[in-house]
This record gives sequence, C-alpha cells and structure tokens, in this order.
Amino acid sequence: MSGTTLPAQRRTPFAPEWGMRILGLLLIAYLIYASTQLDLGLGRFITGLGEGGRFLARMFPPNFARWELLLEGMIESIQIAVLATVGGIILSLPLGLMAARNLAPWWVSGPVRAFIAVCRSLHYVIVAILFVKALGFGALAGVAALIVASVGFVAKLFAEAVEEISMKQVEAVRSTGASGMAVLIYGVLPQVASRFVGFGLYQLDSNLRNSTLVGVVGAGGIGGTLFAAFKRFDYDFVSAILITIIALILLAELVSGRIRAAMR
Amino acid sequence: MSAAKGSDAMSAATGDTLAPLRREWIRHTPAERLTRWVMFLAVVAAVVWAVRTIDIIPEFLADAPEQMADLLVRMWPPDLAYYPRTVHAALIETLHIATLGTVFGFVMAIPLALLAARNICRVPALNALAQVGLVASRSVNSLVWALIFVAVFGPGAAAGVFAIAFRSIGFVGKLLAEALEEMNPGPREALRAAGAPWGAEMLKAVWPQIRPAFWGVALFRWDINVRESAVLGLVGAGGIGVVLEDAINFFQWDQVATILLAILAVVLIAEIVVTRVRARLL
Amino acid sequence: MSAALDIRGLTKEYVRGKPVLRNLDLSIGAEGITAIIGPSGTGKSTLLRCINRLVEPTGGEIRLTGAEGSIDIAKLRGRGLRLARRRIGMVFQEYNLVERLSVMENVLCGRLGYVPLWRAWLRKYPEEDIARAFALLDAVGLPEHATRRADALSGGQRQRVGIARALMQRPDLLLADEPTSSLDPRTSVEVLEMLTKLAAAEGVPVIINIHNVALAKRYAKRIVGMHEGAIIFDGPPEALQDDHLRRIYGGEDWL
Repeated sequence: MSGTTLPAQRRTPFAPEWGMRILGLLLIAYLIYASTQLDLGLGRFITGLGEGGRFLARMFPPNFARWELLLEGMIESIQIAVLATVGGIILSLPLGLMAARNLAPWWVSGPVRAFIAVCRSLHYVIVAILFVKALGFGALAGVAALIVASVGFVAKLFAEAVEEISMKQVEAVRSTGASGMAVLIYGVLPQVASRFVGFGLYQLDSNLRNSTLVGVVGAGGIGGTLFAAFKRFDYDFVSAILITIIALILLAELVSGRIRAAMR
Repeated sequence: MSAAKGSDAMSAATGDTLAPLRREWIRHTPAERLTRWVMFLAVVAAVVWAVRTIDIIPEFLADAPEQMADLLVRMWPPDLAYYPRTVHAALIETLHIATLGTVFGFVMAIPLALLAARNICRVPALNALAQVGLVASRSVNSLVWALIFVAVFGPGAAAGVFAIAFRSIGFVGKLLAEALEEMNPGPREALRAAGAPWGAEMLKAVWPQIRPAFWGVALFRWDINVRESAVLGLVGAGGIGVVLEDAINFFQWDQVATILLAILAVVLIAEIVVTRVRARLL
Repeated sequence: MSAALDIRGLTKEYVRGKPVLRNLDLSIGAEGITAIIGPSGTGKSTLLRCINRLVEPTGGEIRLTGAEGSIDIAKLRGRGLRLARRRIGMVFQEYNLVERLSVMENVLCGRLGYVPLWRAWLRKYPEEDIARAFALLDAVGLPEHATRRADALSGGQRQRVGIARALMQRPDLLLADEPTSSLDPRTSVEVLEMLTKLAAAEGVPVIINIHNVALAKRYAKRIVGMHEGAIIFDGPPEALQDDHLRRIYGGEDWL
C-alpha cells in the first residue's frame, strides 16, 4: 500500500474531548451532592418502593360510586378550559400583534413582550392562588388564571409567527393606500391564520389538562374533589378521578389530532 | 380556497350571449362555507353553555377589579429582608428538585423510548405497551404526581423529585422516540453489515445521531421542570412552594411578593441559561 | 482454489408470487472486480444485500469460503450471522458514514465486530487496529483527515472513508452497492481506481453494482448482466456487445 505517510511521529487518532469529560464528572458530582442535600439515600428509596406498592394496592379497584360528584367536577373543568381558551385567544390576538417587532415600535413591543413573558413565567397554579384570594373561591378564579397562562403561551407563539411573515406582502398591501386595519387583515393575518388555529387547539388541550388541577387551590373544577379525596385517604376514588382525567385528555388529543389532520 | 363561476359585471348590459364570460368571485365553496359556519356555531355554543352553567357569582365578578387592586397594594412593597432568611434555601432546594427529577426522569424514559421506537424495537406489542406508559405519565399532571408521592414518601423533597421524574418520562420519552424514528437508517445498516453487535450499533450509529435532540429535549424539559418544581411545595413536596403556602396562609402579602419575584427571577435565569447553552451546543 | 463466493438457487420474493431474484447461480473467484449491471428494479441491489443478509433470501444457498473456512450464509442466524458478516465488507451508495463522528472513528467502525463494547465506548482500540486505520487512511489519500468530522468531507472523500472502513474488517469479500452513483464523473473514476488498487493489494474479490456501463467495462474483470431477476450475461467486458445490452436493458435509443 503506497501513499503519503506522515513522518514517524505519534499521530493522534482521536481529538481530545476534555470538555465533555469534565462536564460528565461535574454532573455526577452534582448528582451525588444534591441527593445528599435532599436526603435521597438508597434506603429511603427502597422503603418508598414498599410504600408505593401498598399505595397502589389501595388505589385499585377504582371506585366510581360518587360518579355524580366526579361528573360535576369534570364538567366544570371543561367549562373552565373552554372559557379560558376562548378568552385567552381573544386577548392574544391584539397582544401578539403588539408584541411583534416588525409591526410595532419598540416602545410598544418591548413592554408587551415583557408582560407576556411574565404571564408565562408564573406557574398557573400560583396565578390561580392569587386569583382565588382576589376573586374568591370558584371557577372564576380558575378561568382568570388559565387566561393568563393561555396569553403567555399563545400570544408569544403568535408574535413569533407574525415576526416570521414576509414583510413584502405587507408592503404590497400598504402601498395600495390601505388603512392600518386593512393592512392587518389582508397582509398579515392570512399568513398566520392557519398557525393561529394550531396554537388555539394546542392551548385548548393544555387548558383541559390544567383546568383539572386548578381546583387543588380552590379555583374550581375536579381538582378540588381530587385534593379532598387525597386528604381523606380515599385512594380508590382518587384512581377513579385520575382515570377519568386521563381518558378526557386522551380523547382531547385524539380529536385535536383529527382536526389538525383535516386542516392540512 | 376560492372558486370561480361565470359572471362579469361589466358585460351585464349585453345580456345572455356573454353569459359564459360572467364570473363571480366566491371565496369559499358552499361546502366550505357550511363547515366554517358549523365550526363557528360550535365554538359559540360551547362558550354560551360554559358561561350559562358555570358557577360564577355576578357580585364577585363585579367586585373583581377592586379586590385585585387591594391585593396588589398589600403586596407592595415586597419584604426583601425575608429573602435570605427562608426564600434562598428553598429556591436552591427547588433547583435541586428540578435537576434531580429531570435526570431521574431521563434514566427511566430512555428504555421506554427505545421500546416505543418502531425502528429500534420491532415487537408491536412492546411498542404499544411503551407508548401506553408514556401517555399515562404525560397525562397525569406533576402536581397530581406530587400528591401521590407525598402519600407514598411523606412530605418533603423526595416526593418532589419523584413527581418531577415521573411526569418527565412521558414528555421526554415521546420526543426521544420521535427522534429515534426519524433517524437516518444508513449508518446502522453499515454497522450491521460489518458484523457489529447490537450494543455497538446503538453506541456508534444511533447515539451520535440522537445526541443533539437528546440534549435539546433535556434542556427544554429542565426549563419546564424548574417552573413546575416551584409549585410542588403547595402540596407538601418540598421547594419554594412550601414557603409560599405558608406566607399565603398567614396573609403575609409582602413576603408573598418577594417569593413571587424570586420565582420569576429564577425562571428567567433558567430560560437565559437554556437559550445560551442551546446556542452553543447546536 | 475454490471460489470465494458460491451462490446456488438464490430466490427472493418481496411479494408472494412475484420473485425479484429467480433461482440465481453465481460463483465469484478469488480476485478482481465483478460488475453487476442491469436496469433499476432488476434485483441487483437485492442480490448484493442477500449476500450479507441485509435482505432475507426466500430460498437458496450462499456459500462463502475464506481463511476461516466455508459456511452457508443463508442458514446462519444470530451470533453466527454477525460473525460471518465481519468477513464481508460493504461500501454503500450514500456512504452511510456516521456523520457526527470523526473520520478515524468511522474507519474503526469496521472493527466493531471484533472489539469488546467497552473498548469501543472508551475508544481504547488495540494499537494494531489504530495503526492499520492510519495506514488505510494513507492508502485512500486522506492522511490528515483523521480527526475531522465526517460531515465536513466531500462526497468522494466520504466514499473513500467508506472503502477504508470496509477494508478495516480484513474481509474475504467486498460488496459495493452503486458506490459511484452519488458522485460526479471524475470522482467516480478516482473512487473506482482506488477500489481496484486496494482490493488487489489486499487480495479481496469485489462485487460491485453499477449502472454506468462504461465504467463497468473499464474496471471490471468480469461482467454479469441481469434482467428481471435472472442472469443473462456473464463474461469478460470485451464480450459485452450492444446486442447483450439491448437484452439486458431493453430499448434502443440510449445505445
């Protein structure tokens, strides 16, 4: 075999990967440190397995005896989800447009973007607690909390979608002398309309999941029933509720999947 | 989405000989119009039903702005001195919960993802079983997992870690399985043709292709988990939620404000870190 | 000396009743390039992939003879199959390199059937493997590219890495499935030159699928023409006439 051979110096077959090795070691060191901080020894883990087994046993078979209560809670959760999604979408439309840096001046888009970021950063349960304190127990607080969460998500995605549009189309409409609203409707919205529907569907899905939880802090829906069941150690009722929630979410995923496929 | 029929306004005067030239601009076909109408009506009906039957007391609604303003006033100024006393330690614990939970969740998700990916595991029954596990994990909210693990382990951070871990399995497993299925099969084929054992195939052909998606999902999920870990304490699973719960129950609104600001800060920092790392990795 | 590869009665049906390979008999000797030509869909790729069982034959015998003895590949399964595959190197049309790994790591993939997993993971390959890898890289003309990432290379360079990887196995037989179809004309010639030279130096017979008849005639010692799953021509390139090509490929205009 002929060919150019480098002089007989030691050739390195592999590039050194010190960065990755150090990171790996750091990660392992951190894991050990954090585990000890949180008192997560192996012994605890094993006791937990035993407890977990006992817990599972108490959850089965699921007990649907109080199905009226269950149904009532689920319906309320669905209502919360629907209202929150619609409200969130309605608010996200103008907010998203105002947050788009290619449409709005910086002194508008900046604060609006910050507001949307804050909406997103606070967990919806925390927001629900605040609304419960402000608006009293019940579904109103839940709807309000989820509207905030929806805005944080949908408005952000909407703003990003608007920022990705082709400005040339907008320019073309503007050059015809159309008014601001007309430019929006004809130049901007057609480019983002289909994605907006996608966001809305996703948010409805997400809100359905979340609405089942806000009740834990008193904001209405099945969450309250669930929390109460936990407190009373009615674990078989708990599993009934969980099964219903999972079924609802699966159903919602199926339906939205179908709708999305039909829209393409 | 538009259809053209025959009718040109300009030749209206001339009559029927120009009928073929007449065009009408219809934006949607009748079938499409009907579907759009139906969907619109469905949404309106859903909203109306929800508003009618939901249990909202009108007085509360009217009272709302005043109540909110009152709350905000009580929260200002935030009691910043409260921070070093309790909030800081709880925040660190929250971060530990989020990180440990993410790692632990990954460890459990990887085998499930391998089983669920149809190009790695070719036994349909196992694929289905793994998918069911992933969906179940995803559908149960981390707060509910926290409730479960508090019942199992007792209150404390351990419950939080497991809650985060178990919730993450479904999310991570689904995305990893998708990445595995979208992989280029060529390199695997080459290694198999060279007589490499299954382990070497995974290590040298699959893992290098999956790596960017793997880290991307890890960062993404860690970011979400930081947010979720903050609330687990509300049901007793450790972290800053516990402190928050106490402050709220004792109506210490200025402390609540501090805690919220702290949570916000941590979440923002986490997001910045994640964006930076992602830019460098990929 | 007995043939290196002896195929008897090879059949393959993807769909029942529609065989892609019909009862093929083929013997490959100990040296030189055998080029298989034929229109798309005629089973050339299936034939090659049956040899190392990337595709499962429906029937027939595939006998490989080499330094380690003679075995029927069609009958192997599991570990036996894997060990047999080590004896057959393959070069692919799309190179099939692991793009995120370096050139050296890709070449060393040829030894994955021989080294234990922990060595592969920690990249602690035996010294002689690394030396041979470097020697092969020199031979394919990529001496300084060992630590470069595979996706930083051009198509021709990647294919050369593919050849080095296949030769790393010290195979008894080399298969090449349309190795030049993704390359421009000049690079195709370079790659085929290299393949011929190296295979001859290592004493390894090569079976190559190719649809460029001119290149086939130039580099192959023997040409096998397939049509609809059967072999209808088998002989030296000089014996390949327009008449044969017409029967192999059908149609007139392209000649």
